[in-house]
Amino acid sequence: MRLAEHCYRSISAIRGPLVFVERVFSARIGETVTLVAPNGQLLEGEVLKIDTEQVLIQVFGETYGLDLEKTTVTFHDSVKRAPLSRQCLGRIFNGSFKPLDDAPMYIPESWGAVSGAPINPVAREFPHEMIETGISAIDGLNSLIKGQKLPIFSCAGLPAQELVAQILSSARLPGEGDFVVVFVALGLSYHEYSFFRETLEKMPSRFVAFFNLAGEAVVERLLAPRLGLTIAEDLAFNHGMDVLAIISDMTNYCDALREISTSREELPGRRGYPGYMYSDLASLYERAGRLHGRAGSVTMLPVLTMPEDDITHPIPDLTGYVTEGQIVLSREMQQKGIFPPIDVLPCLSRLMQSGIGEGLTRADHRQVANLLYQTYAKGRELRKLEAVVGKEGLLEEDRVVLTMADEFEKRFVHQGKARRDIFQTLDLGRELLKEYKVELT
Amino acid sequence: MKGIVTSISGATVSVDLRGLQLYDRVYVGHARLSGEVVHLEKERTTVQVFEDTHGLSIGEPAVGARAPLTAVLGPGLLGGVYDGLQRPLQGLQRHSGDFIHSAGEIQSLDLQRSWDFIPHMQAGEQVNIGDQIGLVREGHLDHPIFAAFAGEIEQIAQGQVCLAEPLARLKDGQQLFGWQNWPVRRPRSQGRKCPAEKPLITGQRCIDFLFPMVKGGVAVIPGGFGTGKTVLEQTIAKFADSDVVIYVGCGERGNEMAGLLTEFGELRDANDRPLLERTIIIANTSNMPVAARESSIFTAVTMAEYYRDMGYDVLFLADSLSRWAEALREISSALEEIPGEEGYPTYLGSRLAKFIERAGVVKLASGKTGSLSMILAISPPGADFSEPVTQACLRAAGAFYMLDTGLAQSRHFPAINWTQSYSLLGSKAADYFRQQVDKRWTDLQRCCQDIMQQEDALREVVEVVGMEGLQDRDRLLMSVADRVRRDFLCQNSFSADAFSSPQQTVQLITSILDRYDHALKRLEDGVLLSDILQGESDAAG
Repeated sequence: MRLAEHCYRSISAIRGPLVFVERVFSARIGETVTLVAPNGQLLEGEVLKIDTEQVLIQVFGETYGLDLEKTTVTFHDSVKRAPLSRQCLGRIFNGSFKPLDDAPMYIPESWGAVSGAPINPVAREFPHEMIETGISAIDGLNSLIKGQKLPIFSCAGLPAQELVAQILSSARLPGEGDFVVVFVALGLSYHEYSFFRETLEKMPSRFVAFFNLAGEAVVERLLAPRLGLTIAEDLAFNHGMDVLAIISDMTNYCDALREISTSREELPGRRGYPGYMYSDLASLYERAGRLHGRAGSVTMLPVLTMPEDDITHPIPDLTGYVTEGQIVLSREMQQKGIFPPIDVLPCLSRLMQSGIGEGLTRADHRQVANLLYQTYAKGRELRKLEAVVGKEGLLEEDRVVLTMADEFEKRFVHQGKARRDIFQTLDLGRELLKEYKVELT
Repeated sequence: MKGIVTSISGATVSVDLRGLQLYDRVYVGHARLSGEVVHLEKERTTVQVFEDTHGLSIGEPAVGARAPLTAVLGPGLLGGVYDGLQRPLQGLQRHSGDFIHSAGEIQSLDLQRSWDFIPHMQAGEQVNIGDQIGLVREGHLDHPIFAAFAGEIEQIAQGQVCLAEPLARLKDGQQLFGWQNWPVRRPRSQGRKCPAEKPLITGQRCIDFLFPMVKGGVAVIPGGFGTGKTVLEQTIAKFADSDVVIYVGCGERGNEMAGLLTEFGELRDANDRPLLERTIIIANTSNMPVAARESSIFTAVTMAEYYRDMGYDVLFLADSLSRWAEALREISSALEEIPGEEGYPTYLGSRLAKFIERAGVVKLASGKTGSLSMILAISPPGADFSEPVTQACLRAAGAFYMLDTGLAQSRHFPAINWTQSYSLLGSKAADYFRQQVDKRWTDLQRCCQDIMQQEDALREVVEVVGMEGLQDRDRLLMSVADRVRRDFLCQNSFSADAFSSPQQTVQLITSILDRYDHALKRLEDGVLLSDILQGESDAAG
């Protein structure tokens, strides 16, 4: 056991964000280090690998300016931890927890290891209450449940960020409760950053935000979600709040993971992503949940961009295998001018059934959702047929279903910037069903 | 045997211990993290650690246990919830709270719990290895205790005993205990293997009727995400006619495990006992350590074999095997082995086959037969069935239930594709169904399959010419196929229809097919198709 900090000037190699240090006395896995560049610049890092000759360090921040001779490395004998306090509410930080809002850093009440620990499956409580996002296509048909992780699959060029901003400002609990949003943005362009800053300024201070810009260090993209989730877990399980963690965009996270993996010379898996990407993503997503006998919950809404609109690409694919459903945005809906451009057919919320119905939302929720889904699915099926045989070739009753599908998109899915609570959503659904004579039993 | 840690990369740790054997357990660091030997070289030994290595440093001590990873087998396993190393999760919770931190050793079996032991032998009798010396009642099952040594019994217990005490003592001083250790990677080979013949009734019409499964057989369920693998596995776990169910949540979602635990605690089986009483759950969720995920299926199958060797029908369900294979891949790549297809190690196929071979029917020395059936879910990336894990499983398994993304999206559950799924185990099961349920079973099955195949072909025609372009006969067939699909193949696992006995299944299909025959006759007699279909929907409504 070492008692003091250790300082070295024995860097043997620098490769991208990775630094190799020789002759280190008993470094620990996951230990934090500080590097001082010859020009006095300070950088933080973490120990990834140790063998007899050298220690491999991953640096959070840009490694230019570092050299082999003059740079010093200090080992701190502790793992990477995040400062915890209720004071974090209403604050905005960068990817390594430096304030971006001109206010001073708060004094932490305690520190939490950022890598987190897995929740014991027997300690988990099954999620069963809804969070209202204010979006009909989500609340009505694919409800988000406290403790769930429900990703949004977007494509390049679709207004995912606008949707995120809308959820950021309009998500709340349908009933009582202390509700907080933790927002982690990864690899944002400056344009998007200023858009989100504007959104946050208009919000009451029930949020914590972390921003990593596209021009900033890649390794920070791996760190920022963990900082955000550590804060989220603290607010949820130690302060009893219901926390919604929105992480955007996970595609940038996965690309960062691939970049680091390649510089470590690891064997690449599918499309160059590392073989452990599933486990790594799970270590983030699985931090969502609720615990028996404790108030508070962590709900997660990760957003990702499907490369080439391909849902079988490793990023959406592995995400889908960990998360409990998905919300899918579609180019076709966007072209029709629908906002949010959600295609409800491939969408799914696995936990929806446990969070809706009498006493939770409304007694007719399940049935309205099922009938809308079925009729719309039939309408979409008929659209294909219509493209071949023409409208005239269809039966009268099929033509009604077709019109209903159009109306469903225009009136139910499309809602622009308006916020609808769950009752407005369900009433709208009933109204549509009534107009087209689909009967509720 | 002591040494030190010489290098660390994630969960792969090298130590300078000598004289170890492959797969021996090693404890590393001051925190005594447990691991197993995966590579042996003259100068160094590579250990795969089962726990989070954060904070571990080189120079810390490493201790060899001189024994491989074992499972503790004895009464009290049923109803338990364990992690991949057979550590009870309730115990872990008491030890380290709601979050799992490295915990060191926790007893797998409560050795202090008291059991009512009924001896079958007396002092002075000669006992051979494997002879039953007595039994305890575990829930609703008789749990026989077998002798581990041979000799003359000097003393044998009776009535309330705890497992920590020996149940019997032999003349030569050896003691017989009610529990034992077994290395998880070595198959238990009691009795003689025999062919599987009896059907395993799952209560799922699509499986029992079209693609039957047998006791001792192996079925795989591949499906992309959202196709309902987990729901199907859990439904089968609830209703299948087996004595013991082993459910392995291998690298899957924590909330799913929480749901399963709540549900199994509340649900009751045919004998009105909580389902949990006949179930052992192994939960190694996706964020728990990868090496423990790899070993979890071996730990679980060892427990399954233990109950099989008592003459019980054991059903082993794993969700999902792909996560196990991925764990194998992660470990292999950390060891810098040469990768095979898609980065999986080249021994994926053989290791999988070896594991699947642990299923089967055995004839025991006592004359009883026990069976171990496996139903294994697979999550092929991108729902692409040509990937290595699915292919390796297909070579070894007897039945294949392909889950279809299209069916799942149209909310048809179970989303088993009826044109591409198959069962090689069907003929034996069909004999049983013909004799025990209905002698027309095979004919009905053929007839049903014909209708679904014809419908498949007709669908392509409809896509071009529309429904109007079909002949009346074909339109009738389409409507019957639709009924088979909606009323027969579709089965809501959250309703009373979740379990369908073979008798109910036959009744339902007979009524659908009889009505079809009747409608065909009326069509030939010149009745208008619209009238027939109207009459049908009235009858159904």
